[in-house]
Amino acid sequence: MTILAILQVVVLILIVAGSVLAVWLKDLLASVIALAGASLLLALQFYLLQAPDVAIAEAGVGAALTTAIFVLAIRKTQRKEEE
Amino acid sequence: MSVVVKTIARILLPVILVFGGYVILHGHLTPGGGFQGGAVAASAVALLLVAFGPGSVKKLKAPFSILEDLGGVAFVLLGFLGIGTTFFFNLLAGSGGLFGAAAPIGPNPGVLNTGGTVPLMNWAVGFKVLGGLGAVMVLFGLFGGDDDR
Repeated sequence: MTILAILQVVVLILIVAGSVLAVWLKDLLASVIALAGASLLLALQFYLLQAPDVAIAEAGVGAALTTAIFVLAIRKTQRKEEE
Repeated sequence: MSVVVKTIARILLPVILVFGGYVILHGHLTPGGGFQGGAVAASAVALLLVAFGPGSVKKLKAPFSILEDLGGVAFVLLGFLGIGTTFFFNLLAGSGGLFGAAAPIGPNPGVLNTGGTVPLMNWAVGFKVLGGLGAVMVLFGLFGGDDDR
């Protein structure tokens, strides 16, 4: 029980770290990959909180589809953020 | 994309599609269902689009639109199947036909051939989500010309 609680807190901290990284990075492709990692960890957190249904939806839509859409958008525009 | 990405995509594509079909097929027994399975299957389209470029999925635009329409129509028709009692009445459950076996009482590993119209509705929703998300991805990829960069 306590191990599960510690794991949940660790995953939450990693989600926040991934989100901060996604905002902070200037290379937009790296930013998108950080966002995908945060999304995947969010899916893991849903699974740890006994919601496997939401976890599958989050992994499918959040980690896969939005990442692909962002990658396509970067491919059609530019990769570096302007100052 | 590079040769590594293309090779991995070729290996993973059937696996993702089969897993999406598994999630839809077991929607009435395990976590997941029509939407989740359809989203997982649509991520295979996203992988195809990112790895091989928009030219590879150009032909899929019309089939995805038709698939989405068919899924919506099938869902409503399955709802009307039990209109003799009420809308969405589960006519097929326990009838002995397709998905018509009686569900066992008490703890059990789950019998696939149960649920009546529920698994069929899961398939309808799954095809609708796959068609809708797939069409969105294809249209987004084709936007502004299909240059393979």
